[in-house]
Amino acid sequence: MLANKKLILAHFWLAFAVFGVALTLGAWQMFIRSPIGTWLSNPELYYRSLTAHGTVMGYVFPTLVAMAFGYAISESALEQRLVGVRWAWAGFWLIVAGSIMAVIPIALGRASVLYTFYPPLIGNVFYYLGVVLVVVGSWIWVALMSINLRVWRKAHPGAPVPLAMFANVAGSYLWAWTAVGAALELLLQIIPVAAGLKATIDAGLARVFFSWTLHAIVYFWLMPTYIAYYTIVPRAIGGRVYSDTMARISFILFLVVAMPIGMHHTFADPQVGAGFKFIHSAFTALVALPTLLTVFTICASVEIAARLRGGRGLFGWIRALPWDNPMMLALAFSFVMLGFGGAGGLINMSYQLDASIHNTQWITGHFHLIFGGAIVIMYFAIAYDLWPHLTGRELIDLRLIRTQLWLWFVGMIVTTFPWHWVGILGMPRRMAYFDFSDPAIAPQALSVTLSAVGGFMLLTSGVLFLVILARGMRAPQADAGPYRFALAVHQPATVPVALNTYALWVGLMIALTLTNYGYPILTLALNEGTSVPAVYVGAQ
Amino acid sequence: MSARDLFTFRNRHFTTGVGVTAAILIVTAIGGFIVLPFAQPWVQFANVWDAICSAAGLPQRTATVAAPEQTRRLSGVVLTSSTLSRSSQEAIGRGATLAQRCAICHGPTGISRADSPNLAGQYAAVIYKELHDFRSGARTNAVMSPFAVGLTDQEIADLSNYYAYLPRLPAYHPTPQLPKPNIVIYGAPMRGIAPCGSCHGSLDNKTGSPWLEGQSDAYMKAQLEAFATGERRNDISQQMRNIARAMTPQEIEQAAAYYASQPPDVVKAVD
Repeated sequence: MLANKKLILAHFWLAFAVFGVALTLGAWQMFIRSPIGTWLSNPELYYRSLTAHGTVMGYVFPTLVAMAFGYAISESALEQRLVGVRWAWAGFWLIVAGSIMAVIPIALGRASVLYTFYPPLIGNVFYYLGVVLVVVGSWIWVALMSINLRVWRKAHPGAPVPLAMFANVAGSYLWAWTAVGAALELLLQIIPVAAGLKATIDAGLARVFFSWTLHAIVYFWLMPTYIAYYTIVPRAIGGRVYSDTMARISFILFLVVAMPIGMHHTFADPQVGAGFKFIHSAFTALVALPTLLTVFTICASVEIAARLRGGRGLFGWIRALPWDNPMMLALAFSFVMLGFGGAGGLINMSYQLDASIHNTQWITGHFHLIFGGAIVIMYFAIAYDLWPHLTGRELIDLRLIRTQLWLWFVGMIVTTFPWHWVGILGMPRRMAYFDFSDPAIAPQALSVTLSAVGGFMLLTSGVLFLVILARGMRAPQADAGPYRFALAVHQPATVPVALNTYALWVGLMIALTLTNYGYPILTLALNEGTSVPAVYVGAQ
Repeated sequence: MSARDLFTFRNRHFTTGVGVTAAILIVTAIGGFIVLPFAQPWVQFANVWDAICSAAGLPQRTATVAAPEQTRRLSGVVLTSSTLSRSSQEAIGRGATLAQRCAICHGPTGISRADSPNLAGQYAAVIYKELHDFRSGARTNAVMSPFAVGLTDQEIADLSNYYAYLPRLPAYHPTPQLPKPNIVIYGAPMRGIAPCGSCHGSLDNKTGSPWLEGQSDAYMKAQLEAFATGERRNDISQQMRNIARAMTPQEIEQAAAYYASQPPDVVKAVD
């Protein structure tokens, strides 16, 4: 039962429209930095574009997708109309306003600070206020998800919360808490300086606050993808979820350990003690656990589908899978990219190995492979799966959809593998220009050119994606029926209270935040004389 | 079931969840704060508490050796993007009177015929900094130092405001405009040289960096060479010395010749 189709479609369209713009900027950046482009002489333009690309891809696009998908899940999994539709629209318009407010200073070159802010660089205050509005808009969604679940629980006392909604609300709580780090950084540190009330800033403390957000935000981006793995894919390929309990435990583990691990982003920072770096490193290793659980459960679920279709043998069942089904294809691509990206992530989280790839193109390759690859390809899949239910029209051209997914997959591999490689060779990231005529880096020219070609494959795929969705709005009408999620092999009749509620896990998440972040933040905040003069972007 | 049933040791989810989390935390804390610090043979700790404090990142005053004495004077000028950004007519008037004594080298209109810098329309912050540095001895010059030594803070500010107020006139050594050399627009990234234009105009301007268009070729070359040899050292954090040291003699010539050939009205376009 999808009652508020317009609301969900508005979120999706805004998400994909800004995605298209940011994708174009990304491809341009790769071109201009590669040996095939001519250097544009002004690095500022590059950083302007990079800031816009990061801000849209990091804050606006995934947040809108999570919100759209969240509303859809709330209505269809709980089978109740969304409570607080007006608030939902308010959240949407806040994000629109925030995005516009943030993009104008970026376009004017007044906020080329990159989406990670990098104090003591300080941009125009409206850029930060815009980002704050986007986050506030998304917090409305968090509240609505919680309220809708509460309403449902009242009507269904003691009943197991449907898996999709359980995971969705876990994701929203994770986001609510993880956004607090960047919010503190913005409200207490950056915005007062950007508004001219202060002229100095504690950059070290700001980096610690941002690391609070920076890692778990990736898991917030990941949530829709994992929800799709568990609750869409098995249904779409005619299988069942292997274990509902395993799924719940995975999401719970994400909730508890995705956040208090962010300091592995500050391994090279002198202001953080080595002991805390070690704790965060160890907890980062733990976060691989829910992913491994998920890979196992989903492979088992897919095997169920294959055997139901007559697949036989130890591995022979793989051939029996519906490979022409876009959902199957997307899942396989996503897993391959998750595998490579995850392996790279294990290198990033280990203190010693990180030293050799820290701040190199390896990192850029890593997060594009995980986010742009494994996660975003499932965003496409979610949109394809939901579209007929939202528009009441059929997506007819499966061939085009498969082409789009293939292009995205190959494009992402071609983009990110050379990035990893040149990163190992030592190429720094966040650079506007490389002089490939220099013999020291001339051998890297081929790899960088290749990755730029990959960038254009991604752009083509992105355009195709938008074309498919736009054509889907005009296709002949067809009733897609009610939107359903995958059933488990053993559909739960009752669920232990701990696996049906969040209090315990949110409590553990907050407790771990206190133990893992409390002391470093307190000492940095109380230390006198750690602030440095702000460097205002665009100031003469 | 209610929250009361959840938060009780009878609930095995509660005991396992909290227990495992606490156990991992304790084990990693012991590893990070006690085992690993002592695993570093090159660091000596007095006791366990010392190791824990070190691993927690507690700021410690370990420097028992005094910092080496600074023999040469460093620039003590602090500039912000708003330094002298608001000038008054009175200040400009006072500056004009004071500037009479500068005219012999820097020209009555602020345009030099003696290979001294042209000051007409130069950024106030730039003149302010250089005069302060000449006065303090952070920068020395046989001609300039005696002039600067007697100036008061007020006089320095007035002079800066006056010269910044003067219109930018064409220089006396017109040459055909040269194309931008690589060092000006690209720098030399592999040698850590940012493009000249990223601070001195053409691409961007940074506080405290003078615009260079139409300045004397010989003067700019001499300054770059003085930075390279360390003879001139009033640049903050050695920014110009690091750059000049890494530049080739040919690049120094190219940069100086390029900026000398540019008319100062180009500066207006990027201001």
